[in-house]
Amino acid sequence: MRGPGRWAVLFALVVLAVVMVFPFAIVAVNAVKSPAEYSSQGPLSLPDGLYLQGIVDFWNRVEFGTKLWNSFVISASVAVFAVVLSVLNAYALGIGRVKGRLSILVLFLVANTLPQEALAYPLYYLAKAVGLYDTRLSVIIVMTVIQAAFGTYLLSAVLGQFPKEILEAAAIDGAGRLRSLWRIVVPISRPTLNVLLIFFFIWTWNEFFLPLIFLISNDTQTVPVALGVLQGEKYMDATMSSASALLGVVPAIAFFLIFQRTLTRGVTVGAIK
Amino acid sequence: MRVRTRGYWPYLVPSLLLFVAVIVVPFLMNVGASFTRWSGVGTPRWIGLDNYARLMEDERFWQSFQHNVGLIVAMAVVPTAIGLVLAACLFDYIGKRFGPRTASALRAMYYLPQVLPVAVAGVVWGWMLHPSYGAVNQILGLDLDWLGDPDLALATVMAVMVWFQLGYPVVIFMAGLQRVDPAYYEAAEIDGASWWRKFWHITIPQIRPEIFVVLLTCTIAALKVFGPIFVLTRGGPSNATMVPSYFSYLNFFQKSNVGYGSAVATVLALIIVVVTFLFLRVQERES
Repeated sequence: MRGPGRWAVLFALVVLAVVMVFPFAIVAVNAVKSPAEYSSQGPLSLPDGLYLQGIVDFWNRVEFGTKLWNSFVISASVAVFAVVLSVLNAYALGIGRVKGRLSILVLFLVANTLPQEALAYPLYYLAKAVGLYDTRLSVIIVMTVIQAAFGTYLLSAVLGQFPKEILEAAAIDGAGRLRSLWRIVVPISRPTLNVLLIFFFIWTWNEFFLPLIFLISNDTQTVPVALGVLQGEKYMDATMSSASALLGVVPAIAFFLIFQRTLTRGVTVGAIK
Repeated sequence: MRVRTRGYWPYLVPSLLLFVAVIVVPFLMNVGASFTRWSGVGTPRWIGLDNYARLMEDERFWQSFQHNVGLIVAMAVVPTAIGLVLAACLFDYIGKRFGPRTASALRAMYYLPQVLPVAVAGVVWGWMLHPSYGAVNQILGLDLDWLGDPDLALATVMAVMVWFQLGYPVVIFMAGLQRVDPAYYEAAEIDGASWWRKFWHITIPQIRPEIFVVLLTCTIAALKVFGPIFVLTRGGPSNATMVPSYFSYLNFFQKSNVGYGSAVATVLALIIVVVTFLFLRVQERES
């Protein structure tokens, strides 16, 4: 195709891209309108000015700062702990090649594909029994194990290809296993570990089902849970709803922009194992 | 070197302990609860397979799986099909004629919905689809209750999920295309093959592994789908968008039918494990 044909293809793809991005734009536009402006102009007009009261009101009403902090604490803890566990497991499975490693890997893989619904009620019950219900720690523990199951699976494959000569040289120099892990394996695998760290952080941030079940009070809820639960509340008028949507969208886009390069590299690492 | 592999076991201990406490024991408890009548407090009463017998006759349970099939179409089949065409267009058409920057900018725009927490995507669309003040009705000049009309609700949720999911296959397929040897395309061009012929006979066979991975992960995600249903419709109106995960949640936390909810969750887990297993088998045979 030459001439007008190629522009037609480009045009079609651009139209689709606009459709994909449109919801983000219209949420942003309407989050900065006053309720009066919204009711007279509707959702499609451009805002007359910056009216931030809707966002401020919503922020204060749901104590959004607390929600952000909860999400951050939970996601960051899970990311760090899950990477640590994944590295320890993968060290034993990928490099140590312990007996029965295939069955252990399959076990981790099955754990990762199990629907959380099949664990949810017992976890809820057990969390209540040990006094962890409605604490951030409960979600941190459970999500760490679920993420580490995937991380182990991925990282074992990566460490399976680790050059043995380096480790043997270190052993001859008298380095113990723990020292080899910390001084050699971890630094050399740093790029993969970074990808995992970022993925675990974002996946945990986006998690909805388990946090919804464990976190019921205002002080412990995460951003997606708070927004999901408030949807459809009586006081949520049109502009406040769009303000709430915008506040949910902004952190996600911020992560996307900050981690874009690692993410696009990582999506493919995760897919082709 | 003799005790070499035994020496690595301690590294597995922390994970195995946590794994037993967080996955194995709860899963067995869930299976156990599915054989009982239990409200969540007091002692569960053993009723054998009654919950499963009841499932077989529960219309809502079967409906919820039918809705799951619709969601597999919306989250796995349609995004894979559209994603293939988009990825091929971006990679060997836009990328070559308008430069790689145009291609990656478009790819980023398609991928954008994927970065959202799925619950937040639900909040965005709940607002856009609102029957009285939503933007969608205004744009289309319609007056439809997208999520409140039982005949429309599932189709609406499906459309939202296509929007949400599309970017994932595009990114994976574009990455896969990078490892295809350009010589195939050059040879085909010398033979005068059309774009569609090349797409069908080179692109698709070459990135078959990626297609498998995308179909598998998206099918599992569709079987598990909970967040968008919770936020957009809560399974309604009149069960028009009920899915197994939400159905079990409802039985656990709202109806205090823990035993019955556990049976639903167990069946769902079983289906997911079987689907995963079948996919992996087919993939193995292909390669």
